[in-house]
Amino acid sequence: MGWFNRLKDGITTKTKSKREAPDGLWHKCKGKGCGKTNTLKELEENYYKCPHCDYHTRIGSYDYFDLLFDGKYEIMFDNIQSKDILGFEDLKTYEDRLKSAYAKTDLPDAISVASGKINKKPIVIAAMDFTFIGGSMGSVVGEKISRAIDAAIKIKSPFMIISKSGGARMMESAFSLMQMAKTSTKLAQLSRKKLPYFSFMTDPTTGGVTASYAMLGDINFAEPKALIGFAGPRVIKETIKRDLPEGFQTSEFLLDHGFLDFIVNRADLKDKIGDLLDLFSSSNK
Amino acid sequence: MVFLEFEKPLEKLYDQLEKLRQVGEESDIDVTDKIKVIEDKIKARSKEIFSNLNGWQKVQLSRHPNRPYTLHYLTNMCKKFVELHGDRNYSDDKAIVGGIGKINGDPIVFIGHQKGINTKMRQYRNFGMANPEGYRKALRLMKMAERFGYPVVCLIDTPGAYPGIEAEERGQAEAIARNLFEMAQLKVPILCYVIGEGASGGALGIGLGDKVFMLENTWYSVISPESCSSILWRSWDHKEEAAEVLKLTADNMLEFGLIDDIVKEPLGGAHVDHAKMVKILKSHIKKQIEELSTLSPDELIEHRLEKYGKMGAFTVKKTSS
Ligand SMILES: [Zn+2]
Repeated sequence: MGWFNRLKDGITTKTKSKREAPDGLWHKCKGKGCGKTNTLKELEENYYKCPHCDYHTRIGSYDYFDLLFDGKYEIMFDNIQSKDILGFEDLKTYEDRLKSAYAKTDLPDAISVASGKINKKPIVIAAMDFTFIGGSMGSVVGEKISRAIDAAIKIKSPFMIISKSGGARMMESAFSLMQMAKTSTKLAQLSRKKLPYFSFMTDPTTGGVTASYAMLGDINFAEPKALIGFAGPRVIKETIKRDLPEGFQTSEFLLDHGFLDFIVNRADLKDKIGDLLDLFSSSNK
Repeated sequence: MVFLEFEKPLEKLYDQLEKLRQVGEESDIDVTDKIKVIEDKIKARSKEIFSNLNGWQKVQLSRHPNRPYTLHYLTNMCKKFVELHGDRNYSDDKAIVGGIGKINGDPIVFIGHQKGINTKMRQYRNFGMANPEGYRKALRLMKMAERFGYPVVCLIDTPGAYPGIEAEERGQAEAIARNLFEMAQLKVPILCYVIGEGASGGALGIGLGDKVFMLENTWYSVISPESCSSILWRSWDHKEEAAEVLKLTADNMLEFGLIDDIVKEPLGGAHVDHAKMVKILKSHIKKQIEELSTLSPDELIEHRLEKYGKMGAFTVKKTSS
C-alpha cells in the first residue's frame, strides 16, 4: 500500500489539527446576533462551538478526524497533489495560489482521507478543508475521494465524506467540473458493492460539491445552521433581484424540504455515526 | 441573419447573394454563374475567419441567435418525433425537452436543453436554464429508455442551471447529483453532444455518457467566462481573458481527453446551414449507436467507470517516509 504514507497519532499530535481555529487567545463568536467573546480553550472544550449560542465554528479535516476516530487513524493519499495543467492565471497564477495555500494551511489540498475506527467499527472518511482555496474541488479532491472509495471497498467498510466547500475549483476549469462526474460514478460503484455512504455537510457546502457527492448519501446529514445549496446566495439574489427569505439554504431549510435525514450537533456527532455504523452492520457475523 | 463582429466581412456578400437569388426568382435572367462567384467568395472569406477563432469568439458562436437548438435537431433528424412532457412529480420544465424518435428505424430517447428562438420564447424556455424538474424529467425518460433497451442521446446547450429560490427549495443540487449517479449506471448507451453552451453542473446534469462530443463552435467549462471574470477579476470586463484561461473550446477539451471527439460544423458555423448540420449530427449519432450497441450493459457501465475514473490532472509525489 504505497499511498498509506503516514500513520497519524490522532489525539496526541497537534501540529496539523486546530488549523481552522482562529488565531489569538480570544475569539469573537460569528453566530448570528451573538458576538460574545470566548477563549480558544473554552471553544476547544466545547467542540469548537460557542458556549453561549452553540454556533458551530468552522473546523478542519483533522479536527473532525480527532473528534470522530477511536484514537489512532491512518492518513491516506497525501502524496497526491494539484497540478496547474491549464497554466491558469487571473490576477494571480494558480501556482502562486497553490503555494500560498500550502503555506497557510500546511495541508496537501482541500481534502484529507483517513481510515480508522469509530466505536470499534471500521470506516474510511474523506474530510474537506475550507481554508485550502475555499475547499474547492479540483482533480486532487476527485482522485482522493476515488481512492478512498476503493479503500472502503477493499476493507468492506462504510464510507463517509465531510463536505465543506465553495464548489468547483475554477482554476482547473473543465477538469474540476468532471470531478463531479468522477466522484458520482465512483459512488455508484460503492453503491453497487452494497456499502453504505454517509454524506455529512458542514458550513458551507455549495456548488459542484453539493450537486455531486454531498447530495448522494444513503444518509444525508448536516451540522446545524450550515449554508447548503447549489447556487450561492449572492448569485441567486442578483438573478431574482429581491431579498432571500430568512433561513434560506440552511441545514434546517434543507431538512424541511426533504433533502436531509437529520441535523446533528457536533457534540453528538461521534455517537450518531457510531449508531449508524452499528445499524448498518449485521450483528449475526 | 445576425452577424457577429468578426462575421461582419461576410454580411455584404450574403446581401449580394440574397439579391441575386431574388433577381433569379423574379425574372428570366440566368444568375447561376453570378451566384457561384459570390458563394465562392463567401467560402473563401469564411475559411479565413473560421480557421483562427479564439475562445471568446467560439463562445459567441455557441450563442449565435441563428444557431439550431435541440428541438430543431430532433424534429428534423427523426421522421417522427414525439415530445414527452413532465417529471411526474411537480411540473414540466421548459428548459429541458425530451421525447422519443427514430433514426434509421431504431427508437432513441432524446433529451436536450432548449433555448427560445425569439424574445418571448427565450423567456418561455427560461434561456435554457433548467429547474430541478428538468433534470428529473430527463431522468424519468432515461429510466424509460433503460426499460426498453433504447439508447439515450443528450443535446447540451445551457448557460447553467437556474439559480432561483424555488430551484433551491426543490433541490437543484440533488437533481443534478442524482442524474450523475444514475447515468453512471444506466444499462443502455448514452451519447452526449454539446451543441451550444456547456456551462457547469447545469450542462453536466445531462452530460455523463459513454461518449461525449462537442460541436466545433461550442464551449464546455466549469463556469461561464462572464461569471469567471466577475469572481476572479471582480469585474465583468475580463470575459475575453477568462474565455482564454478557462481553455473551454472543443479543441482544448479534446486535447485534455475530457471529450471523445469534435463534430465538424458546416463552414461558417452551424447557423449558416441548418440542413447540413442536422445531416452531420444524424449520421454521427447513427454511427456511434451502431458501435455502442455491440457492448453489453455490464460492459457499458464498466467502461463508463473507467472513463470517468481517469479524468483528472494531478501529480503523485514519491512517498518520502
Ligand atoms: Zn455565540
